[in-house]
Amino acid sequence: MKKKEVTGMTVDSGMTQDPGTTVDSGMKRDPETTETMEKEVDRRAFLRACGLAAPVILAVLKVPEGLIGQEAIEGAEREALLYAMGVDVQKCIGCGRCAVACKTENRVPPEEHFFNTWIERYVIYSDGRVVVDSPNGGIDGFPELPEEGETLRTFFVPKLCNHCQNPPCVQVCPVGATFITEDGAVLVDEEYCIGCRYCVQACPYGARWIHPEKHVAAKCTFCYQRLDEGLVPACVEVCPTGARLFGQLGNRANPLERFRRFNEIQVLKAHLNTEPKVLYANLDGEVR
Amino acid sequence: MPQQVTRLLVAFALVGAALLIARYFLVPDTFGELGHYRAAAVDSIRNLQKSYAGRQECALCHGDVEAVRSASNHRGVSCEVCHGPAAQHVANPMEVKPVIDRRRTLCTICHAYNPSRPTGFPQIDPVAHNPQTPCIACHRPHAPEPPSTPEECGACHGQIARQKAVSHHAALPCTTCHQVPEEHKTSPRTVQPTRPTERAFCGTCHGEPAMAGSGIPQVDMRTHGERYLCWQCHYPHFPEVGR
Repeated sequence: MKKKEVTGMTVDSGMTQDPGTTVDSGMKRDPETTETMEKEVDRRAFLRACGLAAPVILAVLKVPEGLIGQEAIEGAEREALLYAMGVDVQKCIGCGRCAVACKTENRVPPEEHFFNTWIERYVIYSDGRVVVDSPNGGIDGFPELPEEGETLRTFFVPKLCNHCQNPPCVQVCPVGATFITEDGAVLVDEEYCIGCRYCVQACPYGARWIHPEKHVAAKCTFCYQRLDEGLVPACVEVCPTGARLFGQLGNRANPLERFRRFNEIQVLKAHLNTEPKVLYANLDGEVR
Repeated sequence: MPQQVTRLLVAFALVGAALLIARYFLVPDTFGELGHYRAAAVDSIRNLQKSYAGRQECALCHGDVEAVRSASNHRGVSCEVCHGPAAQHVANPMEVKPVIDRRRTLCTICHAYNPSRPTGFPQIDPVAHNPQTPCIACHRPHAPEPPSTPEECGACHGQIARQKAVSHHAALPCTTCHQVPEEHKTSPRTVQPTRPTERAFCGTCHGEPAMAGSGIPQVDMRTHGERYLCWQCHYPHFPEVGR
């Protein structure tokens, strides 16, 4: 029974039942074959040796005990600290100041197609067609609506990285260069990224791009350099209508919690189970 | 121990040692401290340079402007929206000065009419609205007041004004049907204009005996769609004969 104390493994307790049957089968064995083997290892002795070796092997393989339990506790503590953004679609006037501020703050190349955040214009015609455009991310304004039929409704939707709590881009990174921090921001390690573009493909929101000079993946960081000083991300700072809000989930003393209490909250592509932390209010059903 | 087993063990030990040495050199410092990533990367991102100072910084020196702005219709508009990123100005107030853009094109970024903008957001048609005049000739940017012009409703409700202008109701001023409190101009969402609430209001013009012979389409209010309110079938800003 000393063996059981040492190992403490369920596998062993199952094995300890074996010796009874082993002895029986050993008795039935043909005596001639037993004699021919020079040094037969008794099955009981073999199992005992295995039992003693098991903790050594497990220690080498580094299987920490109670790993699952620890992770659950960390998750609960982390919940209160997660950064998140709220977007009220009904307040967005499509001025594009957020996209301009983001490019300045985060030194995004000025060329088209490189955006951490951008504005999409949705036009829904009465025959059901949905047309989405975002010329230069909305920075230079939007051209007049094309006369293609009777407009049913039209509005602007600001888009950015959703900082998923279950991010597909982090999952696919082959080198661990993109990660989710303890406070919930999904970031890219520029020095470690190999520029394989796997994350660009994996992101269902089209939020990632490859930096044309550094050749690494780039994306919205929630302006991580600003957060420690209590500043909000640049896009939130410059939004003239208050369509964007920023705060920590679970911290009741911030505008984001009020936003969550007073609005019906939706997220983009909820069916993908990415658990986005960009929360939309007054979102039209046609928005993808 | 048989020789072949010994050789095998030595081979395993060599390969294992080679892997451990390679791992020691290839895995970067601080990798795995917080998760499957370099913990040092978080600090390097945290220490990136900032461009936007935040409106609290501006208020420290420009308290007079801040007092005016924070009580006006532009209370939600941060200083750096119009004046550009100011972190360098905060660090070096005398040498680096923020931009002051006095052109019309700055204001029209937000206030040019665009049908996709939410209803009620103040918008003008830059071509028709006092062309060539700088906006700041009439409006104070830190405390903008809505203008008091004859087309005052159309300044914000452009889509309605445009539709009404080509409808049978073109000649009717907005105040025929809506009573607009003066406060609606300064607080458009909290103080709302009135709207007709009953059928009888439309009946004052479109009821059978009321304006006979005037050419105004008239119906018998007792039998014409008596279970509905008029504007459930007719759009008052662009009235057509209902289906």
